[in-house]
Amino acid sequence: MVKQYAALFLLSGLFLTSCGSGGSDTKEIQIDGSSTVFPITEAVAEEFRAEAPDTRVTVGVSGTGGGFQKFLRGETDINDASREIKPSEIKTAEEKGVDYVRLSVAYDGLAVVVNPENDWVDHFTVDELKKIWEPSAQGEINRWSDVREDWPDEELHLFGPGVASGTYDYFTEAIVGESGSSRGDFTASEDDNVLVQGVSTDQYSLGFFGLAYFEENADKLRLVPVVNDQGNPVEPSLETVSNGSYNPLSRPLFIYVSKQAAQRQSVQQFVNFYLDEAPMLSKQIGYVPMPDSAYAAQKEKFRKFSAATDSVSAN
Amino acid sequence: MNKVNTSRFKDKAFRRLGMVVTVSCLLILAVFVGFVLYMGLDRLSWEFLMSLPSRFADQSGIYTAWIGSIWVLVLTTLISFPLGVGAGIYLEEYGKKNKLATFLEINIANLAGVPSIIYGLLGLEVFVRIMQMGNSILAGALTLALLILPIIIVSTRESLRAVPSSIRDASNALGASKWQTIWNQVLPASFGGILTGVILALSRAVGETAPLIVVGALAYVPFAPRGPLDEFTVLPIQIFNWVSRPQHEFVINAAAAIIVLLLITFVMNGIAVYLRNRWQSKMKW
Repeated sequence: MVKQYAALFLLSGLFLTSCGSGGSDTKEIQIDGSSTVFPITEAVAEEFRAEAPDTRVTVGVSGTGGGFQKFLRGETDINDASREIKPSEIKTAEEKGVDYVRLSVAYDGLAVVVNPENDWVDHFTVDELKKIWEPSAQGEINRWSDVREDWPDEELHLFGPGVASGTYDYFTEAIVGESGSSRGDFTASEDDNVLVQGVSTDQYSLGFFGLAYFEENADKLRLVPVVNDQGNPVEPSLETVSNGSYNPLSRPLFIYVSKQAAQRQSVQQFVNFYLDEAPMLSKQIGYVPMPDSAYAAQKEKFRKFSAATDSVSAN
Repeated sequence: MNKVNTSRFKDKAFRRLGMVVTVSCLLILAVFVGFVLYMGLDRLSWEFLMSLPSRFADQSGIYTAWIGSIWVLVLTTLISFPLGVGAGIYLEEYGKKNKLATFLEINIANLAGVPSIIYGLLGLEVFVRIMQMGNSILAGALTLALLILPIIIVSTRESLRAVPSSIRDASNALGASKWQTIWNQVLPASFGGILTGVILALSRAVGETAPLIVVGALAYVPFAPRGPLDEFTVLPIQIFNWVSRPQHEFVINAAAAIIVLLLITFVMNGIAVYLRNRWQSKMKW
């Protein structure tokens, strides 16, 4: 018996020495980056299989920052990003001589909602939302009157997505200031229908979730405007999300394509396909699509970038 | 008399406590397994095993994930088994008991406690970048092999130590060389234990996510790997990916994938138990 294991030793040695080389196929497209953008890219890649069956598209979820690291080393062709590239990353790009183009693909928007019978809330400021949701609010802010004095002295019931969701991460990052940090005593559900159900049947409730889910349930809920960085209360809509005035609860989602990749035909085909399909797919997944004209503009931007032979950053 | 009563009481209390602890451990496991089975069993089908990932939960499957997991598992075994067992034999049978040996021993024990993500970072730098393996299965397997090497080495040494020294003495007295003693007496006697350690370590490797994500295992891979240098995904990453989706149907998919992962782990542990029993009953002097 032991002899067989000795053979295994030898085999494994042989095996290891035999895997020295491996060529890279130009029909491969490697994508990595944000887990927020991942569902859109995955959907596009899935549809792209029918379009170009012999192109192998792979998508990772290293996070925007981790993805950029690989992207700037030339290890990936496209990076999914839920924020713009940082100055420090731009510096790395310049050092490494990596040229890239940023393309917007959709918006991620959050809706803050109350029961339609709630007639006292006109808007929230970010500070009020923070006061309600930050970890120290637990046991302190329990009634509507704790938030603003002239609001009713009734218990406040909170609903939100589960802590594993990107929506929760984003909300806590934008409102509390630290991703993943909030009070723990709210009704959390990964199933948005549960949240809709909860808020729509409870007059003293407050909840938040992805904007796309609000649209499907607009008759059962009331959207609350949130005061933006210019001091105006803004209600989320396709328009206010896409012009950036509804903030901080909406953000654009990007893909970054490297110059080297953009000159490959399979990548060009994929990116154009991405921008064609993104309106429909992003909506299906729960994000807010951009206006059609914006997609056309992104396509044009990409066309110019991939055609240009000089290495001036078309950012 | 009073003293006797007190110790009797303590004895009883401790027994009860031990029972409660044991039962609650099993209960937690039972609840977990039961919950996962309840959620995911209906979703489990041949189609689920053979489908590619998709944005539609009901069309999505774990084909690339389980193939990837098996690939990683086989490669990790091939790499970590000879290295770990070899190092264990050397340290236990040949190594001199000097300061260097103590130093190595402490370090190996410490390595067993290093968080797995650190191994991921090491793998990324050494295998993926310096050795230019890319986001390949081989790089992932090498990283996991490093991760479980300390466990294999420690368990190999424990098993070797369990062989009575009288056996070695007897073999030496009959004129056998050191190698003959190890090969013909010590190894066969301890192989059950060594294999158990190796398989338990591999069971840990098959559930790892963090180091593989760092090394570059992907979340969406629409093809089964053709060789050790292809990109890959594994079951835990697919599960993690599904669990973080807002739609409930993906969570059900995750539960079904967890059942498959649990099955792989249970089968491996089963093999470990079988091998141990086999070797133990066979070895008689």
